[in-house]
Amino acid sequence: MNLEFGLYVFMLAAFLGFQLIRKVSPLLHTPLMSLTNAIASISVVGAILISGEKDASMLSRILGFVAVVSATTNLVSGYLITDRMLKMFKKREPAQK
Amino acid sequence: MTLALYQLLYIIAAGSFILALMWMSSPATSRRGVLIGELGMLLAVVGTLMRHEVVNYEWIAAGLIVGSAIGVPIAILMPMTQVPQRTAISQACGALASALIGTAEYYAKQPHGFTMAALGLEMLLGFLTTTASVMAFGKLNEMLPSRPITFKGQNIANLSLLGVAVIIAGYLVVHPEATYLFPIFVVLAATFGILLIIPIGGADMPTVIALLNSYAGLSACSMGFALDNKLLIIAGALDGSSGFILSIIMCRAMNRSFTNVLFGGFGQLQTSAAGGKEARPVRSASPEEAAGILADARSVVVIPGYGMAVAQAQHKIRELHDVLTKRGVEVRFAIHPVAGRMPGHMNVLLAEADVPYDKLVEMEDINSDMGMTDVALIVGANDIVNPAALNDPSSPIAGMPILDAYKSRTIMIIKRGMSAGFAGIDNELYYMDKTLMLFGDAKSFVASLVKEIGSNHD
Repeated sequence: MNLEFGLYVFMLAAFLGFQLIRKVSPLLHTPLMSLTNAIASISVVGAILISGEKDASMLSRILGFVAVVSATTNLVSGYLITDRMLKMFKKREPAQK
Repeated sequence: MTLALYQLLYIIAAGSFILALMWMSSPATSRRGVLIGELGMLLAVVGTLMRHEVVNYEWIAAGLIVGSAIGVPIAILMPMTQVPQRTAISQACGALASALIGTAEYYAKQPHGFTMAALGLEMLLGFLTTTASVMAFGKLNEMLPSRPITFKGQNIANLSLLGVAVIIAGYLVVHPEATYLFPIFVVLAATFGILLIIPIGGADMPTVIALLNSYAGLSACSMGFALDNKLLIIAGALDGSSGFILSIIMCRAMNRSFTNVLFGGFGQLQTSAAGGKEARPVRSASPEEAAGILADARSVVVIPGYGMAVAQAQHKIRELHDVLTKRGVEVRFAIHPVAGRMPGHMNVLLAEADVPYDKLVEMEDINSDMGMTDVALIVGANDIVNPAALNDPSSPIAGMPILDAYKSRTIMIIKRGMSAGFAGIDNELYYMDKTLMLFGDAKSFVASLVKEIGSNHD
């Protein structure tokens, strides 16, 4: 485990995150939260590693399985809903009624 | 030094997440952002499945299928008015996953030192965010009372609970074999999550939801440290910083500090301030009168608040926008950063009702125009237009930036009755000479305005 390297990665990613988020228009704050929520379901990676291990105990398997389910639920619904929301943001109608 | 294929995929995935956030900056590119975010997630999952440690696929496949089976219907069926609730529950899911992975890791390996410390932080944040998000969901869904519940010594009780949880976690770092302590740690973390939300009132939800978003990200980030996985660190840090920034923006929009939001118990102070006042006269108007004024106005600014969401009035408001625009009236929408129950709540509702987004104007940009506005139409908002924030230093909302509705030539306020707003503070705006109170349900009142303007003023 390379702690120093990990902390560097964390620091750079956090700074980048601050810069990127500050540029997001307040118009899109709700979809932004929904998207970052979906990105946080990256924990599915950890869940897969736990459930897929060769000699995992029953407890690990069950916990891993529940973790995969909840992370996937978050992932799938998160991305789909973000897109559904963003689809609604339209500029002025093309033709005036 | 070689690079396994999965590591390459992880790096591309991390880059995709960064691009996804970058493209979220404007509505024109945002859908592309979601797409690349999905791609990144797909690469991360595929890469993980390819790793040689992963040998048993049955449970994983079952989990992925069940998760998708739950996630897809939620995404398709959920009405847009439920967005805050959905966000809370999905935060709970994400945090639960993280907490359970930590638990499994602990029981499987009982690691020492740094890895255990990272696991401890992951589980602490994971469990507390899970229960806190479920509580927030309950409050947003009005299954629990949305007013703050406070009791004496609450903050001390909460903090000491958290302190004990942290001490146990610290002990487990040194003595991971003390498994009997572990369930106590979990219970304490989960209980702290519940206690954290109990004193939070509805108007503070935007800040708290954003903060929980940050915690869920940081939990995934700690998992990255525990599993030595850089992708988790990056994605978690992005989410963590995003939630953190949003909650700072929300706090600033209320002129309050973090500690004040979390420990302040808003809504308590006002009982003394608001009590004992006599009813003062207000001017009210019928839909016919109000419609006449609106039809003759040159510029109208609509100020929506949580009441619009509750009454589901956004579609009717968009119709009002249409009939007025057709008559040549300039209609714009003034969006206060903390209007509603989550950051950007009003924008999503109005976008759902097909209001073009270039009509939605932020507070800083519209306030300078308020003095030249003929009518400010306030729909279900109260504290965010209360001039007491500017004039009355003793007001609980003193210093909070507001939308300057009081500067416009005529003020119309659609309201069910004369009850005070969430914060329980009386609003000077109601008693001004140029103010017309429009009593009734927002949706049906706006509907009658639309009908009136459409039929009598064409």
